Amino acid sequence: RDFNERCAQCSEVNWGLTDGGRFYCRSCHNVTERTREVVNTDFVSNTRIHTISKGLRKQEETDGGCEWYVCEGFQLVLKKQAEALEALGVCPQMKDEILCNFWRRYLQKSKQAYCNRPAGETIKALSVCDSSTDVDSEPDRPSVLHLLSLSESEGDLQTDCSFASSTSKVSESTSVRSGSVDGSLYLMKNRKETLRMTMPMTLSFCYMALLWLREPMTLSDLLRFVVEGHIPYLNVFQHFPDKMKLCGLDLKIFCVESWPVYEEIHNKMLELAAFLDLPRFPDITDSCFLHPDMLCMKYLMEANLPDELHNWTCRVVKKICIGEADFLTLVPGNKSTRKVKYDVLAVAVIVVVLKLLFLLDDHYEWLLSDFAEERNKNNKEGGPYFEFKKWYKVIKCSLDVEQKKLDEKRAKYLWRCEKPLFYSAKKKSKVLKRRQMVVNLQNQFGKLSGSVRPAEKANPSSFQLSWSEENTDGSCFHGHSLKGILQEKCGLLTAMNPDYWLCTVKLCTEKSCGHLAHYREVDFPQSYHFVLRLFSFLLRIQPSYIHDEVCVIEHKLFNKKLCKKPKYNPSLRK
Amino acid sequence: MDSFLEERGAATAKSPAAQAGSALLPALHLPFLPPHLFQPASSHEHKLNFKKSKEVCLSYIQDSMLQKQWKRAAEFLTFYIESLEKDFSTEYMGPSEMIWRIGTEILCRHSHSSMKEFNSFIEQMKTLGVKRYLKVCLEHAFHLLCNGLIDEAYQNLSLAESWRFGEQTAVQDKEMKLIQAYRGLLDYYRWSKQKNILLEHGQDGFEDLSVEQEMHNCFRKAAVNLKEIIKIPGVWDLFVKCYVDLLEFYGDHNEARQVLNEYAYNSKFPANPNAHVYLYQFMKRHGESKKSLISALKILHDIVPSHELMIDFNTMLQKSKKRKKRRLGLEVIFAALDYAGWKENVKAWSCLARQVKQIVNSEKHLDWIKQEWNSRKDWWPAFHFSRYLAKRNWQENESLSYEKALVAGILLGKDCKYFKYVSHQGCKAQVKRFRILKKFVNKHNPVYLRISGLSDSSVQP
Repeated sequence: RDFNERCAQCSEVNWGLTDGGRFYCRSCHNVTERTREVVNTDFVSNTRIHTISKGLRKQEETDGGCEWYVCEGFQLVLKKQAEALEALGVCPQMKDEILCNFWRRYLQKSKQAYCNRPAGETIKALSVCDSSTDVDSEPDRPSVLHLLSLSESEGDLQTDCSFASSTSKVSESTSVRSGSVDGSLYLMKNRKETLRMTMPMTLSFCYMALLWLREPMTLSDLLRFVVEGHIPYLNVFQHFPDKMKLCGLDLKIFCVESWPVYEEIHNKMLELAAFLDLPRFPDITDSCFLHPDMLCMKYLMEANLPDELHNWTCRVVKKICIGEADFLTLVPGNKSTRKVKYDVLAVAVIVVVLKLLFLLDDHYEWLLSDFAEERNKNNKEGGPYFEFKKWYKVIKCSLDVEQKKLDEKRAKYLWRCEKPLFYSAKKKSKVLKRRQMVVNLQNQFGKLSGSVRPAEKANPSSFQLSWSEENTDGSCFHGHSLKGILQEKCGLLTAMNPDYWLCTVKLCTEKSCGHLAHYREVDFPQSYHFVLRLFSFLLRIQPSYIHDEVCVIEHKLFNKKLCKKPKYNPSLRK
Repeated sequence: MDSFLEERGAATAKSPAAQAGSALLPALHLPFLPPHLFQPASSHEHKLNFKKSKEVCLSYIQDSMLQKQWKRAAEFLTFYIESLEKDFSTEYMGPSEMIWRIGTEILCRHSHSSMKEFNSFIEQMKTLGVKRYLKVCLEHAFHLLCNGLIDEAYQNLSLAESWRFGEQTAVQDKEMKLIQAYRGLLDYYRWSKQKNILLEHGQDGFEDLSVEQEMHNCFRKAAVNLKEIIKIPGVWDLFVKCYVDLLEFYGDHNEARQVLNEYAYNSKFPANPNAHVYLYQFMKRHGESKKSLISALKILHDIVPSHELMIDFNTMLQKSKKRKKRRLGLEVIFAALDYAGWKENVKAWSCLARQVKQIVNSEKHLDWIKQEWNSRKDWWPAFHFSRYLAKRNWQENESLSYEKALVAGILLGKDCKYFKYVSHQGCKAQVKRFRILKKFVNKHNPVYLRISGLSDSSVQP
């Protein structure tokens, strides 16, 4: 940077620093005799790392990397993610107070730092011993291949890393060292009491911090922002400083080969909260964004449903007591309370309300719709009655369009970054060559495709579908009235619909079969499936998750009746 | 009746069960269950990962290609290419093979691609896989040839030929032979070009030693490689033809005959009608005996009864003095006309008409016709002799309708639709031969009765 002479070999001015403090040319890798006067040791602008690592870093002349630990890598990832969240408008406390504290607590609990005898010490000692007495310790040392298969079966680490398929030769892979100090041993640590840090876990950390702060961001929002690239996750290692070399098993730890899955992040967050021994989280009250009443309002808007429905969702929420802070607030480690997925809960409430009013049995909703259509034709006064058919048409149309866009986007996703990873120094040239070829081919066919390189990211928004009253085409249903389907009884508005069908008669136990309910599209009315599909698109989760939640809510709602039933009609119990 | 059937059905259904009940039951062996049967389908199945994303991308490419949307295909390919970075597999259809195939197709079809671009793409593909190198080279050469770039193709093949990488596998060995053979083919092409120059100049009484030398040089190079490939069992029509041409030019007829015989008769080679065609043509060129010509065509007749050489075959057989051969001739021409491709071929019909007429006139061997006709009388009338065809043939081709009418008249009698229509039209148009035809058929109408088996006196010598 402060060395501006031209390179003797390629006459470029593009200098990098080697570990010995010498300048090298980034274009042709020519190393000069010139050294930098001041060796900059705090290459990571984050001072916290220094509290973890003890003393001055040893710089290895050989591979130009610096000593670093896996947890430092994760710390960097978390820092990047927190910064991105801050840029999205999350309160600034989050990074330096909340997330930082969680992280410190994690390091302490997992005995990596802030304790008398950090686990890292033993690891380091082990790894040193390994490399010095190579012959004797060989049989005791598990092969890398074994480690790979181990972590694969665990399923929480990325299983399909590029090197996994290439490590066919055991002899070769065992000799490959990881770039980090403890990388090769990291995957081996499998003690039950510590929760191993993984890439998906970084998102669990973020979500936990957001939840603590009661930020208006649901988990589905967070994951969507990750996929859309607003929060660093995939290829986050490219933000690591040059001296933090990733190789060997580090790739398995930091390389991301799949998108985070809602349930996985959620469950890990719960596990993490319990592991960290956190106290009860701040109360989720009805003024919080995550409260079902609030979220229902949001999702009703997004689903283009009449505002009047909100009244009904609130009534359902109240009736089954899921709006209470005790129900909604996370108490880590408390196994008796249900772990609330706020967004899924809210959409499930909406689905239940729709079932209460429209039945969604592929028959009754169309009947009501015809009735409303008739009424709208004859009576132009006042707001229009809500027509299910019209709503279905409008939503189906834009949902299909958006779904198609999303599918194409998924197919077109670029997973690789400019900075390729290589498993070992041996592979470096091959990997770089491949990378270059890929770039060339991409350019060649990119030109033929006629489209300019993918447009820059759209601004993040918590709404994916938006409807506005200002549109004159009548595609917005927010102001439509439910009058046609309600009737007054004893001064109260009730639904005309006297019936209801349950999605399931009996809930399964989550422990034995993994689900509370089972969803097969063909077994259910198409209208019901359509509604599930709509919300599953909005939350980017499987329809069956929403179905599970719907079943749970129904059972709470009809609890009394369900319990009574056997008395009157015991024959049904079969 | 119905109830009876039901009863019977019930009885048969019951009886095995009853038997099984009385007999000792064998122990029931339950099949194995998958080890993770009770694990619920986890969310991981729906997880979008690198592999799945690329698979979806590939299916988009295939869709667009099927719909000839080359731009769109190129667009998705841009995103699919990334999967190369994961392709360390040795699977046959890895991403690199896909990218090579798809990319080639797109570059060939896309309106905005150029030869230069194509070449640079292929050069990259060559470096992608050692195992595929020769295949890519060969297809590249084909593509260059299709675009008339013969010298470039030649260069390419020579380069591929000199390529060495570790131990060659059996497959690579074969591919290398192919590469050499195609280079030999191009050498042949050069040779024939030189030959033409020389022949032209030869007429002018001008001789150019260097051209002649060059020509012989090409001959040597071509001959060596072509000779190699045709030793391997396979279909090498192109190579064989060129090689034989070379040999014939230099007067090495024995070698040429041997090559062709080997190609046609070696049982290790797949059955190949062209092999017999080449042999026949060679023998004809060199004026070999009728007998050997007939034997070559006989095999061809067995493999491809509809081959165009069947006319020659029939003509040759008709002229024969031996009864057996003439009998075969009739068989051959009838068989050829079974195929739709011959339907409107005047030559074929006149062959048949001539032979039928000859047989009827001589009143000998009517049973031959009868035998051939037996298997065809169900479908030939509709296939060849419909009124519609009569009309069309008459309008489009008078001679054809004449020949066909004769055959129809003999085989189906004077009342058949085809004959009636054509002879009527012919007489109306005052064409002499049709009047003679009418007379002929009327005279020989009893033949029809005998052929179709309507007459008692059908047994004839």
